[in-house]
Amino acid sequence: MKITTRFWTSLILSIPMLLEMIIHPFTGWMLPGGNWTMFVLTSIIMFLAAGQFITSAWAAFLKHHANMDTLVALGTLTTYIYSVYAMLTKRPVFFETAAFVITFVLLGQVLEEKMRSNASSAISKLINLNAKNALVKRGQDFIQIPVSQVVKNDLIQVKPGEKIPVDGKIISGSSNIDESMITGESMPVTKTVGDQVIGATINQTGSFVFTAEKVGNDTMLAQIIAIVKKAQSSHAPIQKLTDKVANIFVPTVLIIAIATFVVWNVFLGQAIPTALNYAVSVMVIACPCALGLATPTALMVGTGRGTKMGILIKNGEILEAVNHIGTMVFDKTGTLTEGKPEVTDLIGNKQQVVPIAAGLEKLSEHPLAAAIITYANKEKIVPAVVSDFQVLEGRGVCGKIGTESVYIGKLVSAANLKISVSLANEAERLETAAKTVVAVSVQNEVIGLIAIQDAPKKNAKEAISELKQMGLQTVMLTGDNQKVAQSIAEQVGIKRVIAGVLPTDKSDVIKKLQEKHYVAFVGDGINDAPALTQANVGIAMGSGTDVAIDAGGIVLMNNDLTAVVRALKLSRKTFQRIKLNLFWAFIYNIIGIPIAAGVFAGVGLILSPEIAGLAMAFSSLSVVISSVLLGKSKI
Amino acid sequence: MAKIIILITGLAGIAFIAWWFFGKHTVQTKMAKVFKNKQSVDIAVKGGYFPEKVILKRGIPATLNFKRLDSASCLDHVIFSDLGINQELPEGKVESVKIDTTKSGEYNWQCSMNMFHGKVIVK
Repeated sequence: MKITTRFWTSLILSIPMLLEMIIHPFTGWMLPGGNWTMFVLTSIIMFLAAGQFITSAWAAFLKHHANMDTLVALGTLTTYIYSVYAMLTKRPVFFETAAFVITFVLLGQVLEEKMRSNASSAISKLINLNAKNALVKRGQDFIQIPVSQVVKNDLIQVKPGEKIPVDGKIISGSSNIDESMITGESMPVTKTVGDQVIGATINQTGSFVFTAEKVGNDTMLAQIIAIVKKAQSSHAPIQKLTDKVANIFVPTVLIIAIATFVVWNVFLGQAIPTALNYAVSVMVIACPCALGLATPTALMVGTGRGTKMGILIKNGEILEAVNHIGTMVFDKTGTLTEGKPEVTDLIGNKQQVVPIAAGLEKLSEHPLAAAIITYANKEKIVPAVVSDFQVLEGRGVCGKIGTESVYIGKLVSAANLKISVSLANEAERLETAAKTVVAVSVQNEVIGLIAIQDAPKKNAKEAISELKQMGLQTVMLTGDNQKVAQSIAEQVGIKRVIAGVLPTDKSDVIKKLQEKHYVAFVGDGINDAPALTQANVGIAMGSGTDVAIDAGGIVLMNNDLTAVVRALKLSRKTFQRIKLNLFWAFIYNIIGIPIAAGVFAGVGLILSPEIAGLAMAFSSLSVVISSVLLGKSKI
Repeated sequence: MAKIIILITGLAGIAFIAWWFFGKHTVQTKMAKVFKNKQSVDIAVKGGYFPEKVILKRGIPATLNFKRLDSASCLDHVIFSDLGINQELPEGKVESVKIDTTKSGEYNWQCSMNMFHGKVIVK
């Protein structure tokens, strides 16, 4: 029988007894049939509604286990059996106690079940985001097929208002796409040929065709679901104590209940019914469920809420670690800055400098090369043809145009370069303005300078100042030179800069910082995976690359720095909620059990088993509600 | 006299509970049956898990078939926190959980309230 049916059965059959209990003191009204009616009603309740507590408890008992059901079953059976005996020997009965306790416990369970499914709704919501069908090119036409049949390299057409079925790259057309369900970013993003699209996001205006690159379990959404599933079933270290307590909880309560009975009856000389009432109250008030539910429900709601905001928290351990963070370390390029360097200044003869620069950089893979090539394209300058191309590690690149040797790269490390005073002054000026300056030389003579700048993200300053307000130290860690780094740091409000660090050494720097504090590292995961892993909390931003998703403890689906702040706040809040829940669950049992045992009977503080049952039902319910409310709290 | 009997019965009850629940008892263990390069174990969920300890062979795809025969709401999910599995177990229905056996190791499972536990050993 379902819990709800059991609850209603038990409630309806309890009502007559409840009425008698309320009306009797005033009018002397008794149930027709007296004790026999109560016996029949309670017996039905015991059989229909409590039967499953009893069978479950018995099955557990045979395996040397005890749980909530053990307590409820034993508590109510004790009362019931005693009442039957009392009825036959013409003593006062308390059938109604057993009936009420079962009704209350079932009420608690009904509500709790509702709340629990509410707490764990994030996964099913994510699964529902999946598109059902896709318009896939088969032969000459686009035909509609179920998403599960889409394979890699299929060409898929997406019309306005439709859901993008899988991940891929646009090959024709363009559109605005609402990616909020994945990235938490509410503004639609404009995408055109060559751009990546994500499955489950919604195409708004235009129509386009894209090639499927990731399908099935490889899509971003599938990965997110896998992460959230893992996170929601993970443990938080703070749970360890409850895990230990849970194993011994119920048997210990049973021992306390027996001791309570013996002490009241044998040592304090109370009659058996009174002593029995205390013992039953102890069994009924004890609530191991609240302890067991405290952490997982809050974890579920917290991680689920994060998913909606484009924040994936990997597990409970990370969540807990966030609370101990003292220092936030930021990677510069792509994290604090836009990550799209642009040419801002050109010193020298443009028609002379740019062809050489572009000719060399066309062959290079350096991040700054792209900026120079984009610039050349924009200025419609044709790159020169370079031969004997060579990469000078850590400095720049060189080659030959005709017979002349050409070079583009750092100024400082090329001591054999001849540079005029005016150009040297220009270089100095540009570097002070936080620009990366590269020199272009012909036959070792500098003929021009190109200044490249990667602008800080718009809300970087705001995010950093908020982090500071949260009491965190901020550090910038970058491979770039001190001057550029310093200037960006000043613009965003970071005081401490550790510049000139090779990607491979970043994790060592983190290790050193960890001697003082718990450290969080924020990076884009492209070349800082080791640092992300080394940090106590690695926060991977934006890119959504597989590496970042693997290395980060927290993965942010968008590029917004304020998401870092939100991620920290959410983690802190969730962890506080876990602590609050655990505190409440422990305190409830620690205070409730002695009261139920009659320790405070001397000052008139006693609990009847019915009230104990009600308290029990609501203690576990309150823990779940507290977790669900976390989903509504302000962040 | 009656009081002495109650006292003795009470103490005996306490001793029994301590022995029954805290003492060392053998855990029911089951080896997986291998059939056509697949292995599976049926696990009954009734007042706990039966068997509680499952031994799987490494490298052979494995499923654990959980069947809940108990209406206790705390048993309504089975959670493998190391494997990221949180499977709902509707009463009376068999739910299969796939276990990755590519690496040897021990994975614990638990009910949704962390009161009942079980263990898979891959070796």
